[in-house]
Amino acid sequence: MDHPAIPPAIQVDDLRKCFGPVVAVDGVSFTVARGSVTALLGGNGAGKTTTISMLLGLLLPTSGTVRVLGEDMVAHRYRVLPRVNFSSPYVELPLRLTVAENLTVYGHLYGIPDVKGRIRTLADELELTAYLDRASGRLSAGQKTRLGLAKALLNQPELLLLDEPTASLDPDTADWVRGYFENYRRRTGATILLASHNMQEVERMCDHVLMMKAGKVVDRGAPSDLIDRYGRATLEEVFLDIARDRRRAGEEAAQ
Amino acid sequence: MTPSLRRIGAMVLRHLYILRGSWPRVLEMAYWPAVNMVVWGFTSQFFMQHSTWVAQAAGVLIGAVILWDVMFRGNLGVSLSFMEEMWSRNLGHLSVSPLRPHELVAAMLTMSLIRTMIGVVPAAVLAIPLYGFSIFDLGLPLVAFWANLMMTGWAIGLGVSALVLRFGLGAESLAWVMVFAVAPLACIYYPVSALPAWLQTVAWALPPAHVFEGMRAVMFGDGLDPALLVGAFALNGLYILGTAALFLRTHHVARERGLLLTQGE
Repeated sequence: MDHPAIPPAIQVDDLRKCFGPVVAVDGVSFTVARGSVTALLGGNGAGKTTTISMLLGLLLPTSGTVRVLGEDMVAHRYRVLPRVNFSSPYVELPLRLTVAENLTVYGHLYGIPDVKGRIRTLADELELTAYLDRASGRLSAGQKTRLGLAKALLNQPELLLLDEPTASLDPDTADWVRGYFENYRRRTGATILLASHNMQEVERMCDHVLMMKAGKVVDRGAPSDLIDRYGRATLEEVFLDIARDRRRAGEEAAQ
Repeated sequence: MTPSLRRIGAMVLRHLYILRGSWPRVLEMAYWPAVNMVVWGFTSQFFMQHSTWVAQAAGVLIGAVILWDVMFRGNLGVSLSFMEEMWSRNLGHLSVSPLRPHELVAAMLTMSLIRTMIGVVPAAVLAIPLYGFSIFDLGLPLVAFWANLMMTGWAIGLGVSALVLRFGLGAESLAWVMVFAVAPLACIYYPVSALPAWLQTVAWALPPAHVFEGMRAVMFGDGLDPALLVGAFALNGLYILGTAALFLRTHHVARERGLLLTQGE
């Protein structure tokens, strides 16, 4: 018996976003396979946040299409939002609410059947149990990141979008967070798309990398593949090559 | 409970958590209407002895100040609930959750009702022992007056929220400016006939003028003209539809311009 083809987690075709005369995203196309971890890399102003905002339906594209879990994000975003979540250290949860209150509100917004039970489980996994009654504004950076993570995992999302998930964290906490994501992906088969400036993190976590510059995807591939193609030792060197318009090592040698 | 009601309930819960966590906020909500009522109560007692107009209806000024607070708090209940999301930079998370914009509006209106009850009911009750005036003696018309003034407050609050979403928190003072801009034409303490003829037309285009005129008619024993209530409800329906459409349209524009992630203090 034929099964209908399962669409990719994300399919972006010829996506473009202009703010007046400024072209923030310029004809970007890519696909993110289900169950993969993909990084969206690029310097400041490359168009990563704008692209992620359009993937979430926070921002309407000027042209092009975005399909998430098979649904068009302009026309049918509310069909897919209960199955997606998002975490960013730059978008805070209400600081006056306690950890438990914040998670309760979002638990109900996402229609979680047993909110209290889910919060207990997540608090246990993310080592937040001791802070459940603490105001979110009184948490340390690491604790706030774990709270953001708990909120992002409340609905056990099939697709998780992470904007610099380990920014401003100490190496120990950052390592713990990466390990948690790797474990979550293995356990649930979820798809993760992350924007990061930490190239070691990307090398460790990601199957696939999309390199953005000036609103375009200028290169893509597995981290090891990119490193080989550019003839470099690390992904950070590849990033610098692209950011500074240096050609691939092989091309330079040929000249 | 439907998923939609559950999401609205979640947003109401979010604001109740804030109130629960800060008793000074709750106290403040009740404080200003009570102070207003006390000041106007003494003023009213003075005028009772020196003004034949006020003497004809004891409590006409106290009743007016209590009902004015319904509209004022109704507006603040909507606009402050929305601005709270912007102050806490929570709009981004809310906008990627399954919460629909019209559910956000419904939650803001519900919170407005709760905040208005917390603010105005204690002042109304306090007027009974202090001045022997009970606004509840207005009977059923009070429900219609209250509902209409709440609706006007909601309409102003939604308009203010739309402008704050569009222009940022620099526009937050509009929450106070807009409602006071309406006050002179709402004819809270004086009849519409006290206005110049050309301004009377403008006043009749505002629902509060119908309500306060109706309140005075009841208190002066002239009976309530149903046309006043019909006019108020019809105008409120128009204003609420207009400002709700403006808010939803502004939300759409915010998605075009990327304002949902960047707004905040």
